[in-house]
Amino acid sequence: MTDTIRFTLNGKAVSLETDPSRKLLWALRTDLELTGTKYGCGEGMCGACTVVVDGQAVRSCVTDLASVQGHSVTTIEGLSAGGELSPIQQAFLEHDGYQCGYCTPGQIMNAHALLLQNPKPTRAQIVEGMEGNLCRCGAYKHIRAAIEAAAGQGRQS
Amino acid sequence: MTARARLTRMDRRGFVKALGGGVLILVSAPALAAPEWELEAQGPRYPSDINAYLHIAEDGQVTLFSGKIEMGQGVMTSLGQMAADELGVDLDVMHVVMGDTASCPWDAGTWGSMTTRFFGPAVRAAAAQARLVLTDLAAQRLGVPRAELVVEKGVVYHTANRDHHVSYGDLARGQQITHTVSEKAVLKSVREFAVMGRSPKRLDGRDKVTGGAKYAGDMRLPGMLYARILRPPAHGATPRSVDTSAAAAMSGVTVVNQGGLVAALAADPELAERALEAIKADWDVPPATVDGDGIFAHLVSEAGDPQTPVSEGDLAAGRTASARTLEVEYHTAYVAHAPVEPHTSLADVKDGKATVWASTQSPFGNQPQVARALGFQIENVRIITPYVGGGFGGKSAGLQSVEAARLSQIVGKPVMVDWPRRDEFFNDTFGPAAVLKIASGVDRAGRITFWDYQVYAAGGRGADVLYDIPNRRVRIYGGRDREHYHFFGTGPWRAPGANSNKFGYEQQIDAMARAAGMDPLEFRLRNTKDPRAVAVLRAVARASNWTSRAAIRRDGRGRGLALGADAGAYVAHVADVTVDRATGEVKVEKIWCAQDMGIVVNPRGAEMQAEGGITMGLGACFSEELTFQGGRIITKNFDSYEFTRMSRVPEIEIVLVPNDRLDPQGGGEPSIINMGAVIANAIYDATGARMTRLPMTPERVLAEIRKT
Repeated sequence: MTDTIRFTLNGKAVSLETDPSRKLLWALRTDLELTGTKYGCGEGMCGACTVVVDGQAVRSCVTDLASVQGHSVTTIEGLSAGGELSPIQQAFLEHDGYQCGYCTPGQIMNAHALLLQNPKPTRAQIVEGMEGNLCRCGAYKHIRAAIEAAAGQGRQS
Repeated sequence: MTARARLTRMDRRGFVKALGGGVLILVSAPALAAPEWELEAQGPRYPSDINAYLHIAEDGQVTLFSGKIEMGQGVMTSLGQMAADELGVDLDVMHVVMGDTASCPWDAGTWGSMTTRFFGPAVRAAAAQARLVLTDLAAQRLGVPRAELVVEKGVVYHTANRDHHVSYGDLARGQQITHTVSEKAVLKSVREFAVMGRSPKRLDGRDKVTGGAKYAGDMRLPGMLYARILRPPAHGATPRSVDTSAAAAMSGVTVVNQGGLVAALAADPELAERALEAIKADWDVPPATVDGDGIFAHLVSEAGDPQTPVSEGDLAAGRTASARTLEVEYHTAYVAHAPVEPHTSLADVKDGKATVWASTQSPFGNQPQVARALGFQIENVRIITPYVGGGFGGKSAGLQSVEAARLSQIVGKPVMVDWPRRDEFFNDTFGPAAVLKIASGVDRAGRITFWDYQVYAAGGRGADVLYDIPNRRVRIYGGRDREHYHFFGTGPWRAPGANSNKFGYEQQIDAMARAAGMDPLEFRLRNTKDPRAVAVLRAVARASNWTSRAAIRRDGRGRGLALGADAGAYVAHVADVTVDRATGEVKVEKIWCAQDMGIVVNPRGAEMQAEGGITMGLGACFSEELTFQGGRIITKNFDSYEFTRMSRVPEIEIVLVPNDRLDPQGGGEPSIINMGAVIANAIYDATGARMTRLPMTPERVLAEIRKT
């Protein structure tokens, strides 16, 4: 079954003629060639595939394309449009909030949404909000520090 | 001449030609001695052939070519720092090309915390030699003796007249110099370091925060197909029948069923997945009797004869001299590597050549594996390693590269094999479960009288003690990765063996301190004169404000201590925990880790590696345990394999103990080795319950508390 799926991707209108039951993750990674969004578990358990839809973090590996019809999707590639890092990316860079870097786009997008919802989170709110994003390398302390720094700037990421 | 040496020579010639102008330094370091267990575990000796290339281009940019890979440990940056410092350039002109078999020199693999220890010296020697070659050129150009020249940030100055200078780029221009380093160059001393010993921004940072960093799964080729591969329900199962007809009838699906490899392929990975679901297979599954509880008896009964690497003094005499003796058995579980990036390879096999982009710790190990599987000469296989999304020892085998290459050869198109998470948990080479049996004694003066140590399945790394024990025996049963011993694949898992051995051995030390009525720190200091051990113990005691107490607290709050050495580094940990006596929940409040790793190339990177090891170790402490029934792996995804999340990370304080007289040592692994024991010792202090099995789940902690 093919349908036309229209949505806004990183600020630009896109249209896909495809099966609307496909997962957003794979449409991003294959049809749209945005490979910053990663596969980790395929069941929404690790957060590596996190993107932001209308300001909310979603796990793109369990998100049907049909559900983003008419909505606004932001991926890691959309945060630094024009080549300039967003504050949350800059904070991850400054605070070494990564090691292997594979979970990092998901961490950054989840943090980005967290700060959109709550620009001044407490440490406990950060930890609660990031609990579903796994980092096997164990960069958590630096990830938390990066989010605190980005929040401390008093700007939305 | 071996095939490998021929390949290196051929590639070198083509490579030099391809680089065009500039100065190329080839490093030929002598065979580097590695401990016997490393050689045994890792196959071929570290090569005595060419270890590194360093190229200075006409624009002054410098490229280091290394067969190592970057998987988060930060070696792209630290190797760059080493080369930049010895060469006398800034880090921002350094480029590091890694893990490409066509352009990088042969390398055994990235593991064992060996990059900085064994490869680092070769890189530094190359860069130091390059500095000499360039300053010789400068001496000719400027018409002054080399001794009157000084190098700063890639510019050679005449010390008497700094207006008289020439840059590396200018010197490289129009040259095509190839120099092979054979003599030992004079390296900088720690006091002369300008780039090493600091923590610059990592070279991979911007790529990794923008999503621009490419991993194997991010590679794209025209016409490529994604494969989903049929896996048996259990290791050891054999197919009775396989029916691929329904899958083959699906539009856009290619089915392969050849030589035991059954797969569904499609341009859309989700379509390949649905097609795989349409493949019907019946299996003969061997009966499974052993599970995670029964495995320990199995490991002991099937172990065979031991190796006895240590047998000193007189155990019976030691026993007789003991005021107290202790005999304890400890168990550790199978653990998964669980990198967030599953094993992934994209293979393109055409015109008699294969190119494979692989998520691997061992590109030069994958190369002959792929060549054998395809029936190709090794020189017709190229492995390219993009960024690797975590390895931890689990990405040394090349199964997914072989699968991708075979499928590409069969279907005549590029094929991506990106294991779904269930495949990752099925095909992982798990860190083996282990049994440790320790008998030991202590006399009235608090000295260890004898030590009789038996380890099953974990291997010998870290099995012998850092303590001065005259009557001592160490027996190693079953090796680490013995065939037909386990029901599925096993292999190295971050500091393999050492973390299992230390779990038992540093608890036994703690138990003997308590039996002797001594403070655990004082007991350790009384029983070792090893200066590096003493230094890290004192450093961690100072940082954690350790106060001597012989009696345990038993009030739900506890403090543990553990000591170890691994990969040339010494580590001592202190952990503060609180234990909920009603639920068995353990909360780690803070961990201190003192580490002597010799010269520190990048302090922040070293701290992050230590923190990473501690964080991974906490998962093994509390929750990581593979669930299985014989060869059937029941763990399929992260919901049944819980590792450390952000909320479980305590405050961590890393103390790097200065030791600039020693060359840089390992950093990726040492901090994990004490985690099991330091937490168990803290739980004992808090409750009086001795935790002899990993992981220390709330149920198990509660059960032990109830016995006290």
